[in-house]
Amino acid sequence: MANLVGAKIERKEDKKFLTGKGRYTADINLSKQTYAYFVRSPHARAKIIKVDHSKAMKAPGVIDVFTGDSVVKDKIGGLICGWKIVSQDGKDMKCPPHPVLAKDSVNFVGDHIAVVVAETLEQAKNAAELVNVSYKVQKSVTRTDEATKFENIHEGIDNNLSFDFLLGDKGKTDEAFSKADKIVKVDIVNNRLIPNAMEPRAAIGDYNASSDELTLYTASQNPHLDRLIMSAFNAVHPEHKFRIVSPDVGGGFGSKINVYAEDVVIAYASKKIGRPVKWVAERSESFMSDNHGRDHVTHAELALNSDSKITGLKVDTIANLGAYSLVLAAVTPTYLYAPLLLGIYDIPAACCTVKGVYTNTAPTDAYRGAGRPEATYVIERIVTEAAKEIGMDQAEFRKKNFIKKFPHQQCLVHNIDSGDYDAHLDKAIELSDYKNFENRRSQSAKKGKLRGIGFSTYFEACGVAPSAVVMSIGSGVGLWESAEVRFNATGNVSVFTGAHSHGQSHDTTFAQIVGDKLGVAIENIDIVHGDTDKGPFGMGTYGSRSLAVGGTAIVKACDKIIAKGKKVAAKMLDGKPEDIDFKAGEFILKNSNKKKTIGEIAFACYLPGTFGDVNSPLPEGVEPGLIETSFFDPSNFSFPSGSHICEVEVDEETGETKLVKYTVVDDFGTVINPLIVEGQVYGGVAQGVGQALYENAHYDKSGQLTSASYMDYTMPRADNFPHIALDYTCTPATSNPLGAKGCGEAGTIAAPAAVMNAVIDAVGTDVQMPATAEKVWKALKKNGSKKAAA
Amino acid sequence: MKSFNFKSAANTKEATKLASGRATFLAGGMSLIPAMKLRLAAYSDLINIKKIKGLSGIKVSSKSLKIGATTTHAEVAASKEVGKSIPSLSMLADGIGDPQVRNRGTIGGSIANNDPAADYPSACLALNATIHTNKRKISSDKFFKGMFETDLKKGELIEAVEFEIPEKSAYAKYPNPASRYAIVGVNVAKYKNETRVSVTGAASCVFRSKELESALSSNFSVSAIDKVNISDKNLNEDIHASAEYRAHLIKVMAKKAVSSC
Ligand SMILES: Cc1cc2nc3c(=O)[nH]c(=O)nc-3n(C[C@H](O)[C@H](O)[C@H](O)COP(=O)(O)OP(=O)(O)OC[C@H]3O[C@@H](n4cnc5c(N)ncnc54)[C@H](O)[C@@H]3O)c2cc1C
Repeated sequence: MANLVGAKIERKEDKKFLTGKGRYTADINLSKQTYAYFVRSPHARAKIIKVDHSKAMKAPGVIDVFTGDSVVKDKIGGLICGWKIVSQDGKDMKCPPHPVLAKDSVNFVGDHIAVVVAETLEQAKNAAELVNVSYKVQKSVTRTDEATKFENIHEGIDNNLSFDFLLGDKGKTDEAFSKADKIVKVDIVNNRLIPNAMEPRAAIGDYNASSDELTLYTASQNPHLDRLIMSAFNAVHPEHKFRIVSPDVGGGFGSKINVYAEDVVIAYASKKIGRPVKWVAERSESFMSDNHGRDHVTHAELALNSDSKITGLKVDTIANLGAYSLVLAAVTPTYLYAPLLLGIYDIPAACCTVKGVYTNTAPTDAYRGAGRPEATYVIERIVTEAAKEIGMDQAEFRKKNFIKKFPHQQCLVHNIDSGDYDAHLDKAIELSDYKNFENRRSQSAKKGKLRGIGFSTYFEACGVAPSAVVMSIGSGVGLWESAEVRFNATGNVSVFTGAHSHGQSHDTTFAQIVGDKLGVAIENIDIVHGDTDKGPFGMGTYGSRSLAVGGTAIVKACDKIIAKGKKVAAKMLDGKPEDIDFKAGEFILKNSNKKKTIGEIAFACYLPGTFGDVNSPLPEGVEPGLIETSFFDPSNFSFPSGSHICEVEVDEETGETKLVKYTVVDDFGTVINPLIVEGQVYGGVAQGVGQALYENAHYDKSGQLTSASYMDYTMPRADNFPHIALDYTCTPATSNPLGAKGCGEAGTIAAPAAVMNAVIDAVGTDVQMPATAEKVWKALKKNGSKKAAA
Repeated sequence: MKSFNFKSAANTKEATKLASGRATFLAGGMSLIPAMKLRLAAYSDLINIKKIKGLSGIKVSSKSLKIGATTTHAEVAASKEVGKSIPSLSMLADGIGDPQVRNRGTIGGSIANNDPAADYPSACLALNATIHTNKRKISSDKFFKGMFETDLKKGELIEAVEFEIPEKSAYAKYPNPASRYAIVGVNVAKYKNETRVSVTGAASCVFRSKELESALSSNFSVSAIDKVNISDKNLNEDIHASAEYRAHLIKVMAKKAVSSC
């Protein structure tokens, strides 16, 4: 059988998705189902004086209305922050209470206050208009850089400061700066983004009073974690009687990691009324209430010596947590961010502070890349400025400062196991025809366009897992992954993974791994995920961890299958287990032509026989069945890296930026399926370009979200892109047997810096993201462009 | 969306009779239905006018081009007659929304709706259109009254839009990157005795630019525009563009239109 790993195999899941046969939460309809609609705050900040739902209760079709009082009475717990950060002064971060239905105050437009459950959706919506909430409206703050100066929005949280985090050696860094020959400074705004998964969030609660079983269908990236949190912290239902199903999920990008108020409330409401309750977010609800991403304000400084070597890095960031702190809200701008600021450069001293602040905006949390795009943006912007200021070629300056030897212990946190940074940069330079860039620049000038080029040489820490590490820095749980490989008696295989696919193509990638490992045809392998009743507890999918961690758990379970298979084969072939070789699906007795296929062994393990036949094929002490479970907890993160080179053309009259050339060379370690990886990179780059040029969550002075629909929130579209040239280099990861490093977020991590470096190169002066036409036009005008001023 | 009754009218008379009280006409539904879904509008009855014979279709004469109210954007974009007589109008229709919108949306609906950033109203003003209704003929100069506001009376039905064929014309649109409606759209039409220039997207309602018209009437060239001063007073300000930027774009788009005439 040809190798499956490394082959461009078309996605097994394409058939259902491309023919509209996917089954998402909204596609599920249960008998006697009711519909929920949430009453949300129209104000950015207000005290709730009274929630009067008497009129709504009497409206046609209404079954019940639940409010903040109901959940308090029934002791439903509030939403949690799952990763605790400790401030410089040794104190724990401050988290305000985050009730699933607000009782006393609301803190952002879209904050959840009550839910109406009715026979039809229209009736629920009509009745929701009758819920009368009296507010005492208060002043609000939305801007990241104004939060600490504003009055306290949560009681007892002074200066709206959740934490003041420090990473690195301040003394050593100050010393490096005092000795520096040159100091480069940048001020950066990392714009707030709205994840915009294609499938909006949705939930159906289904409680069966006779068996006391509660099922929640919800669009989640991590159903097992959801169940754990909802049982342990929200007290919705005991874990053993609680099933969570996340069927097909149409994109997550981090926005479906959290247990949201709606999940808890829908499950609770179903228990209260004893019927299924369905809720599907409208797009405007997604804009308002999905976790947002990014939203940093940063000042950074880089110290250089006279030999053009980087000697120190200082970064001060304010990160906007929004109104409350969600599950990964605090770790995203701290441990997922600060260590990554070093990039792939050999920097001997660094120190970074991060102030996490509360504002009257939607809570922020992990969004594709989570901390790493923000960090990469800082280091790649400042490295670009440094090269420019000292008049050195961008590629040459980078190479001069790249880490060259591995493993490399960085001065902040990470110990990078492998990489070859010159290799991917050289390949990208070649592929992008860098040497002829100046020709292209003058060609563009002839058409009246300003052309610019931008580099982004990135790395990231993927495979969020090493439990010992993550728990020592505040995670509330270890982040290992599980797998169960189950041979059915007829020789086909069901693989249960704790990871969850919502666009990552696990059905195909994981099947390729199992197919090679066990010598089973890919059609005979089924990957099962997304149901807490099927398969062991697992941690879910985020942080480009599924392959490196979840894939490895599968490999380990396969190894156990093979080990058991050898014992059984030995007995059946009259040999010793150590004399059995396993290759391409066959157990072969050394120095003989005796062999059994893995299908035959599986069949034998289930003890087939005729009546009265007592001859078991199983050796003494070996249990029947061929099912193995494995849990994998790696020793380290994995560290993909790569080089992006972007070229843009800027129209001097309108300020519009057009992407004209884009090149990517990634080192993802072992690539299982290049077709799928390409898809991940294209999508990732598109999202990164979206951040750089188009996307922006905008709150006005009164705290209204003015970019709450596709009329105003600009998503990148196909016609915004040129062909993206892709290639790979490979240094395998050493922290997992697959050698895989992770590819799901890389594009989003590297692209914003590549694009903005190109825009700034074209414009000749600083521009902040998103580089909208008007912003670029203003920058051009300020910079003396005659055409822009005309 | 709140529930409503759906009725189809067989002819103009029936349509106007049904459109009383809290009823309204439904053409392509590309503006009306989204507004109803967002509960920004609610009606007791929607009167479908797409089944009315004779309300759709394109007729050209030597002087004018007449387009029936329920003719879709896609039909206008694909029409050879339109392409020959007023090519800028085919281009405009082809640049509205996306294929789905163009296959359902109609010229009558677009004009009746008078979205401040819509494309067709600018064509009506620049191409000196006459709006034919079941009751009267309205000059486009009198038709567009304000934001989402027209001269139409309750129950009055647009039957056709008649454009005066110019010597040459062009439409240049700077699209909003999110919605792809016009941030600024400038429509220029040169006639024997006058040049008409209209601007959409920039203010609360489509308008004719007297400054550009007088500059281009005496000298129909890009350089004539250079000297024009466009004030940003009364122009829209939103998260996509300030009034100052819109004023600048009016000139840039006017130049683009003139140079492609
Ligand atoms: C995604 C999207 C993108 C779009 N992009 C653009 C764009 O780029 N540029 C642009 O100009 N437009 C755009 N539109 C709007 C589109 O062109 C609409 O089709 C048009 O504005 C309304 O036409 P309709 O036939 O759909 O009217 P409907 O939505 O059916 O009706 C609109 C209004 O007009 C009234 N009406 C309809 N027909 C008549 C008539 N004959 N007489 C009197 N009143 C009538 C209705 O009662 C209603 O009040 C977009 C729409 C969408 C959904």
